[in-house]
Amino acid sequence: MYDVIIIGAGVSGAATARELSRYNVKTCVIEKEEDVCCGTSKANSAIVHAGYDVLEGSLMAKLNVRGNQMMEELSKELDFPFKKNGSLVVCLSEEDMPKLQTLYERGVKNGVKELRILNREELKEMEPNISDEACGALYAPTAGIVCPFNMNIAMAENAYVNGVEFKFDTEVTDLKPIDGGWEVHTNNGIFQTKNVVNAAGVYADKFHNMVSKKRIHITPRRGDYCLLDKSAGNHVSRTIFALPGVYGKGVLVAPTVHGNVIVGPTAIDVEDKEGTNTTREGLDQVIERANMNVKNLPMRQVITSFSGLRAHEDGHEFIIGEVEDAKGFIDCAGIESPGLTSAPAIGEMVAQILKEKMNLEDKEDFIATRKGILDPDTLSKEERDQLIKEKPEYGNIICRCEMVTEGEILDAIRRPLGAKSLDGVKRRTRAGMGRCQAGFCSPRTMEILARERNVSMFEITKSGGDSKIVTDYNKDSL
Amino acid sequence: MRAYDIVIIGGGPAGLAAAISAKKNGVDSVLILERDRELGGILNQCIHNGFGLHTFKEELTGPEYAGRFIAQAKELGIEYKLNTMVMDISAQKVVTAMNREEGMFEIQAKAVVLAMGCRERSRGALNIPGYRPAGIFSAGTAQRLVNMEGYMPGREVVILGSGDIGLIMARRMTFEGAKVKVVAELMPYSGGLKRNIVQCLDDYGIPLKLSHTVVDIKGKERLEGITLAEVDNHGKPIPGTEEEYSCDTLLLSVGLIPENEISRDMGVDMNPVTSGPKVNESLETNIEGVFACGNVLHVHDLVDFVSEEATTAGKNAAAYVQSGREKKSEVKEIKINPIEGVRYTVPGTICVDRMDEKLTVRFRVGVVYTNCYISVYFDDERIIHRKRPVVAPGEMEEIKLTKEQLMKYPELETITVKIEEA
Repeated sequence: MYDVIIIGAGVSGAATARELSRYNVKTCVIEKEEDVCCGTSKANSAIVHAGYDVLEGSLMAKLNVRGNQMMEELSKELDFPFKKNGSLVVCLSEEDMPKLQTLYERGVKNGVKELRILNREELKEMEPNISDEACGALYAPTAGIVCPFNMNIAMAENAYVNGVEFKFDTEVTDLKPIDGGWEVHTNNGIFQTKNVVNAAGVYADKFHNMVSKKRIHITPRRGDYCLLDKSAGNHVSRTIFALPGVYGKGVLVAPTVHGNVIVGPTAIDVEDKEGTNTTREGLDQVIERANMNVKNLPMRQVITSFSGLRAHEDGHEFIIGEVEDAKGFIDCAGIESPGLTSAPAIGEMVAQILKEKMNLEDKEDFIATRKGILDPDTLSKEERDQLIKEKPEYGNIICRCEMVTEGEILDAIRRPLGAKSLDGVKRRTRAGMGRCQAGFCSPRTMEILARERNVSMFEITKSGGDSKIVTDYNKDSL
Repeated sequence: MRAYDIVIIGGGPAGLAAAISAKKNGVDSVLILERDRELGGILNQCIHNGFGLHTFKEELTGPEYAGRFIAQAKELGIEYKLNTMVMDISAQKVVTAMNREEGMFEIQAKAVVLAMGCRERSRGALNIPGYRPAGIFSAGTAQRLVNMEGYMPGREVVILGSGDIGLIMARRMTFEGAKVKVVAELMPYSGGLKRNIVQCLDDYGIPLKLSHTVVDIKGKERLEGITLAEVDNHGKPIPGTEEEYSCDTLLLSVGLIPENEISRDMGVDMNPVTSGPKVNESLETNIEGVFACGNVLHVHDLVDFVSEEATTAGKNAAAYVQSGREKKSEVKEIKINPIEGVRYTVPGTICVDRMDEKLTVRFRVGVVYTNCYISVYFDDERIIHRKRPVVAPGEMEEIKLTKEQLMKYPELETITVKIEEA
């Protein structure tokens, strides 16, 4: 019997698993996809919010500010890309300037440090490509950007190294109360556990409602994004927001930690919890709104578009805690923006709840750090030369656009909770994430995956399940 | 630091022809750097015939065409390195490259020939909405999988874009037993060669839908189908014209982009129309001693023209190494001005003193013209007025100028190339 089963290996589940792995506790993460970071955690703005726009006094506000404060340290401990680039909420009309003041005051109440309201000239100097209409902005130097994939992956890897089990391609179908805990039914068998953590993202309401009479309701709120080539990477250096509206923080324009520019999201409520399809209207809206705050955005440099689903709970608040009428069932639900920012604090909070509940003891041999995949670009020419002499696979470029070597791809596959699919490799190394979008490298990455996993090319998928890439041999091979 | 007279970036058709030409013109120290496992570039996956009609007066397959150049390069003892990635070239022509055996290394070149070719535009660049399942390939990726790796990307195929690779793949997939349901083209004309439409679509009864595009992609894991719609004159989908196609494969043949990241980083001036370097009559960029040819310069329709162009670049690189050149600021350059239907010209400028007896100026048009004239003006005087029954964006056009002709106009400032309708 497990002490804790966490449903979902997204950023909340991984953060919880990592925090729990500090203690002597038998934990298992159950994920329906083939990898960690496959849902909302992989498709979002990748922003570390400062915390000025969340309702004061809310759990969201508390965890946002705490998560923001934890992020830098965590990124060093677990070696994932994070940059404190600062954010600007741009105001386009003099009448709206009081709204900036409101945001400023809310930020101060939430405990956000270093907030400042900029006038037109200061703003222009900071961001020359800001709209000419802009008359001021709220500047939050503590806001940042992060690699959402590697943040999620890093926490999961570290949890794994510290003894947490992971079961992939395992979908929870039912939850039954048993003596002293729960029976978790899945397509891969039945597991018993004392506690369940419901970190199931857009599905969290489904699991909550299986065990509790006090129902919650999550709406998948779709956000469409466009990603621009690195050649557009210097267009803005801070994250540019519009003044927030009813549906959230509106369309932002931000650099990514890897030097691209991300533009989005929309906010469209959908029914389908897997409805991650972009639409023409959505993408057009992204472009139109982005252009309101930032001028001359080179939209011809778009290299891909995607959408993600926010897990919007009706009450627009994080629901974290043991469910009253379901002992041993801990919700981690309604984790929408600023969920990514808050994740480290969410993990801490959930782990704390369980620690108190089970009187958990610290694990003496807890390993607090994790080393990410080496990016040879960060080395000097001499160091890189030395690396290739020792490990020739670092001299073999597989992805030309992002200059990813075979060495990095092998590391991504061989490390704990390693990549199994093209997308798994992509999220860990960026191979296929560049301007040609895997045109050149996918056949070669497939070969490496097949070789390393000792399977045929027909087993290699884009992202697990039925997402096979080649279907059969051509006639020449028959 | 190692040193070579001429370093050629890329061992595809352009790089090979440039190297051979440089060597034949008397420069011994030539090195080709190729990132792939073999020389020949993209020709290695183009196993269909139709190559070499101009160069060899016979129809060869891509690998055969490449093979002839590779054999010649080897005969001439031209040095090359495979599996070698050029990371960076400085404005002083120090080439930094990397491979498994030698690690990171630097080479000082006297002249550099850029011959990196091009890449395919991706789905992302078109911003096609819908899901992002497996089963969506650029036509060239599918071509590599089928022709070089021996795998089928799928069985029921829709092709978006009527570029040549897409047309060739329509036929190739049909040969392999796949069902190609339709080729859709956003523009009201095809982006490929006329002969490919006839030989790859018409001959197999594959419909070509002009002014159509993909407006939705279905399937969460593997592609299940797409929606096509007709587009208006601005390329916007017309509501009500949607048609569903079930398919497991979508191939994209929606344009090629010269791969000039290295060129840009070293400070080469780019032509926004071609996405290739701006070059003079010697195919030399704004950086002295740096030449460009083939698809990195502008996307060609036939490899024969790539070889021809690269031969010129190789010869000029050799001349540069042997004699040095007068500084560009000291010579008079005539500007070539493409207008009225002519999108660009390569070269963009001519220095009469430096030019050969004959010069080929290549260009493409923006739309289809029938019964038109290709006209060339020396300042205000019309020099060439050549009737053409049809010119189309999918086919490269050329005009020939002679030194003798240009010498007669010592005051000439601008050569204008345009399409005049009859």
